[in-house]
Amino acid sequence: MPDKLLTASGIEVTYGATRGLLGKPGGGHKVLHGVDIDIRRGETVGIVGESGSGKTTLGRALLRLVNVSAGTIHFDGKDITDIPDAALRPLRRRMQMIFQDPMASLNPRHTIRRILVEPLLLHRLADDARSAERRIAAIFERFMLPTACLERNPHELSGGQRQRVGIARAALLEPDFVLADEVVSGLDVSTQAQVLNLMKELSRDLGLSMAFISHDLSVIRAVCDRVYVMRHGTVVEHGLCDRVFTAPENAYTRALLDAIPLPRIEPGWLDRVAEV
Amino acid sequence: MSNLPLLSINGLTAVSDRDGGAPILRDVSLKVMRGEVLGLVGESGAGKSTIAKALLGILPRTIRVTGGSVLFEDRDLLTLPSRTLRQIIGNEIALIPQDPQTALNPGRRIEAQLTDGLRMKRGMSVRQAHARAIALLEEVHIRDPLRVLKAYPHELSGGMRQRVLIAAAFSLEPKLVVADEPTTALDVTVQKQILRLIRGMQDKHGTAVIFVTHDLGVVAQICDRVTLLYSGKVVEAGSCADVLERPAHAYTAALLAASPRYDRPDAGLTPVPQAVFDQLRREIGTDARPNA
Repeated sequence: MPDKLLTASGIEVTYGATRGLLGKPGGGHKVLHGVDIDIRRGETVGIVGESGSGKTTLGRALLRLVNVSAGTIHFDGKDITDIPDAALRPLRRRMQMIFQDPMASLNPRHTIRRILVEPLLLHRLADDARSAERRIAAIFERFMLPTACLERNPHELSGGQRQRVGIARAALLEPDFVLADEVVSGLDVSTQAQVLNLMKELSRDLGLSMAFISHDLSVIRAVCDRVYVMRHGTVVEHGLCDRVFTAPENAYTRALLDAIPLPRIEPGWLDRVAEV
Repeated sequence: MSNLPLLSINGLTAVSDRDGGAPILRDVSLKVMRGEVLGLVGESGAGKSTIAKALLGILPRTIRVTGGSVLFEDRDLLTLPSRTLRQIIGNEIALIPQDPQTALNPGRRIEAQLTDGLRMKRGMSVRQAHARAIALLEEVHIRDPLRVLKAYPHELSGGMRQRVLIAAAFSLEPKLVVADEPTTALDVTVQKQILRLIRGMQDKHGTAVIFVTHDLGVVAQICDRVTLLYSGKVVEAGSCADVLERPAHAYTAALLAASPRYDRPDAGLTPVPQAVFDQLRREIGTDARPNA
């Protein structure tokens, strides 16, 4: 079994490109300029950057939710760069995604029960509704979600509960890889800590690999082993969190870190201008 | 005169008319001195924005003030006739709004939006207002003020729009500026520039600022004093150094422990313990809750 679960080499993504008669690509806006990234089994990798850095596009490209215009993507040793949707489908269960806004990713007209039971049946992880519910009950206990939530619609839950349901939905499918895109951005600090803990626990207990996209370096530090710092569609620096956060090599990484206000009295912080 | 607070909120109490009279503000008192920056901080539902709205006379109809006073110098903003209140809001109290996207009229050029107040409240001519608008944009470090004046809001970046709104807020030389989460929608490097700008402007003009935020880091870096709210109640108040480095209330300490920070790998993974919420409920009331 190779050590690396997911590897992307030199990937480029261009939005809005048109294909001419002879299949020649034309125009469009390139948002990823040759990105290399690898994710090992069991590790959590942070992808951080400001708006427009390409972090979300990179995540989507890794899952083949957008097509790449150059480069290759390998998942579990298999080249998935250009394989057709039908060939991708069996891999979909193994690559799950948790979104920023659980309200937008959970069908508002379905009960939480239906939202969780259906994928289990679809992917044949449960033989019938009853065994699906047993799995759901187990994960609810672990996530400290009241069973009464099952009868509710997404809008009837609190933000923190909704996000935990989103994580539960992904975890129930026993994926090998989870992409988490800004999953705590909308949450209050006291709820955020719960969700971060849960993510950390999941990756440890299920041994899954995770790409954790965030604009917030502090959140990345709390949950990730390694980090990729992105700017203008390229990776400017990557490495172990312990190294990048204590001895950043790239000027932009240093500027990003310096821009984060810490809850401690730090005279002169406001006037300090980082050079990029 | 300078020892008297510019603003003093005394026992402000408000309920929601929609939610069966649920308390929104519970006996809130705070003071803002001339020229200082006060942080109003709390999680969602804490009441920090409600206080800001009460000050500006823009409370939604569903929220009813049931007690207390809001003294601005010696005038109670809650009992003033609306004509007098309109004189004060804009002239003496100004707002920097949260979302620079929606706060500007998308159909009007920046010049029109920036000069309205100067012409109507200061009686400037078109030419005078134009010159003043250029000076204001230069003051907020906009390099090409003529181009920005001609632009429509959508032609500017979020950070540029926020600079325009800061210029607008300070344009009439108010005594108090209410900044309602002005950097929440911005990237972190832009946030730092905007924080520096707000602090610089308030320093230069001697303006008092109420800075509403949920971010204790922002509080630490820009505020002189801080008032922490939970469920409409003041939980802790004091100088930033005291509250952030020697918190007196367990909730303050728990919030700090729950905040992730890049310089500490173990921070941000300790949720606020249930015992702290229980304590808050004992102190505030059984209906205390962060948010519905």
